[in-house]
Amino acid sequence: MQEARPFWTLARREALAGGLFVAPQLAGVLVFVLAPLALVFWYSLHEWNVLANTFEFTGAQNYQDLLQDATLPPVLAASAVFAAGLVVFNLSLALLLAVLLNQKLVGITAFRTLFFSPVVVSLVAWTIVWGFLLQANGGINGVLKLAGIEGPNWLRMPATAMASVIVVQVFKNVGLNMILLLAALQGVPRELYEAARIDGASAWRQFRRITLPMISPTILLTSVITVVGALQVFAQIAVLTQGGPGHSTTVLVYYLYQQTFQFHRFGYGSTLAIVLFAIVALLTLAQWQLRKRFVFHEQS
Amino acid sequence: MSQRSLRLLPKALGLAGSLALCLAFASQAAAQEVKLRMTIWSANEAHLKLFNSIAEGFKAQQPNVSVTFEPLPFDNYTTALTTQIAGGNAPDMAWIFETSAHDFVNSGALYPVGKTLAATPGYALADVAPSATERWTKDGTLYAYPFSTSPFGVFVNNDLIKQAGAKTPAELIAANQWTWPNAIATAQAVAAKSGKGGIVVRDFNYQAWQFLSSVYYGWGASPWSADGKRCTFADKPMVDALNFVHDAVFDKKAMPGPGQNVDFFAGDAAMTITQISRASLLPKEKSFDWDLVPLPRGPMGDYAIVGQAGVGVLKQSKNAEMAAKFVAYMTNPENSAKLAQFFPSARRSLLNADTLGKTNARLSPAQLDKVVVSGISTGKLMPGHTDFARLQQMVRAGLDPVWQPKADIPAAMKSICAQIGPLLAK
Repeated sequence: MQEARPFWTLARREALAGGLFVAPQLAGVLVFVLAPLALVFWYSLHEWNVLANTFEFTGAQNYQDLLQDATLPPVLAASAVFAAGLVVFNLSLALLLAVLLNQKLVGITAFRTLFFSPVVVSLVAWTIVWGFLLQANGGINGVLKLAGIEGPNWLRMPATAMASVIVVQVFKNVGLNMILLLAALQGVPRELYEAARIDGASAWRQFRRITLPMISPTILLTSVITVVGALQVFAQIAVLTQGGPGHSTTVLVYYLYQQTFQFHRFGYGSTLAIVLFAIVALLTLAQWQLRKRFVFHEQS
Repeated sequence: MSQRSLRLLPKALGLAGSLALCLAFASQAAAQEVKLRMTIWSANEAHLKLFNSIAEGFKAQQPNVSVTFEPLPFDNYTTALTTQIAGGNAPDMAWIFETSAHDFVNSGALYPVGKTLAATPGYALADVAPSATERWTKDGTLYAYPFSTSPFGVFVNNDLIKQAGAKTPAELIAANQWTWPNAIATAQAVAAKSGKGGIVVRDFNYQAWQFLSSVYYGWGASPWSADGKRCTFADKPMVDALNFVHDAVFDKKAMPGPGQNVDFFAGDAAMTITQISRASLLPKEKSFDWDLVPLPRGPMGDYAIVGQAGVGVLKQSKNAEMAAKFVAYMTNPENSAKLAQFFPSARRSLLNADTLGKTNARLSPAQLDKVVVSGISTGKLMPGHTDFARLQQMVRAGLDPVWQPKADIPAAMKSICAQIGPLLAK
């Protein structure tokens, strides 16, 4: 007579253990990510007047309003400018710093700490200090004055306000990308450079042909983090410019905040949140697809 | 079940019964305990001390009721309050800005307090000036009490003005020359001589343009018509007023420009326009010779402006009637007199220099009479409208081009009206 197979086979026990290990994380994602996302989508189908305590189903009305919102195009443009500016300046500076700090020099650890330190500073405190520095009679113009230059009113002119906000954000977070890229640089095998030098490759050629491809997975990671972070910028705008002058620095999250919490249009604000989610998801997906062309390990 | 268990059963049941009884009493006592919460925008220790003493007085009358005060940041007060309401954590009572009054009153967010106030013995609701309750009333029902009616005045640093060789506002008033052009001339002289700020419209900061009403009301200007339906930014009075301000800022350098932080109370400006409740910011030790005078005369003659704060009961409160009773207690004649040291009362019986002088030691009877009593009696409220936050932002964005050296003010005003016109007409 054949002996019955035990129910708890090794495979089943491992599957159960795996399931139990991921269950807390899955529960967290369900409660704190998916459920709020579903709720925001549900709210976006309603007109919710908090003061009047009314919650009325309006279907796609908020989405139709979106198409007729004259402020939305400049808001999306400001978001795009901010994100593009941040990605270009942050990644370029982070890479430059990482390459410089990858040298074996005396005191290099102190320099790494110095450039990384803004990352651990409170964002609001950092922005408030920069707010004072960027005032018309602030520290930056004071320094410029010593050099005989009349500085602009940085946060009050459309041309300089966005640039100022980008610079503040670049200096705040460049250290994080710098550390990630530095770690990647230190993982590039030395033998590759030695072989290239024997072949007579210039420093620039070594950088282009060896360094960039080898650290390309980290570049992808930092670009995804930076793009997502750039599209979610809020505190810097709220503290420095409140979206002005005009709408020049009114980015999508700040506009969402205005509509929802200042103008009490919770339904429309939720619609804007869905738009933001869609944009972030699409851009991340696009970057993920581009990895096949630009990321070294993904090339077949 | 064993014999021993059977013997213990009645005792166990008795114990369980006693526990249940205790729990029932405890929950009943807890049910009777009423905890009220009021959001405020001041974290000033002196203010909180006074409020807490009033709350203790109320507790003496209603032992089961306790009141706590929750300060929220001034800059984002209404946003924080509405977020609490949206989150189902509405306070029982709240201070409300005059600019948001229309939104709160018209939306039905507030519990009507008029009947409770009128029914409170000794309350004397008729003593409150009708003009003060106008913005808090809808269809004859009072929805909030204007607990603070604070006029705007001009605080003056006489030391800086004398050092600049200019006439002080007191001298100009004595000579019947206290006009806006002369005020700007004095401010210009100080700015040129000392490099400090001339005249500062406090809280305006080239963003909160409603505070600039302390200037443009002098030209008879207003952002919208009296019925709130028509934009009047492009009308001549507003264009003239903003031309005057623009000239004072960019040509005469008599007012700090956009992005310049100047604090009068730190001794960095000749004058500041603000509410008299800001007198508490004056240096404790007399670091400079200060004065408080009425607003300068505008092209339309003398005028005054008051800022107002209401205290209302949120309809969502589970204890709305008790909260209304607390509002009645807090704003009765006796407590209004106490509050008047920080928050001038709209009660006519308290509107005299003698009464106000008892609680405003820093202000002279003449200052109280000219600025406070006269200001409250004749002053216009700061502009307000339904959907004010949205209008505020639209106008703020539209005014940004005005705050540049060479601005086309009429064009900017037309653009603002094109933006806000449809919203006003709704």
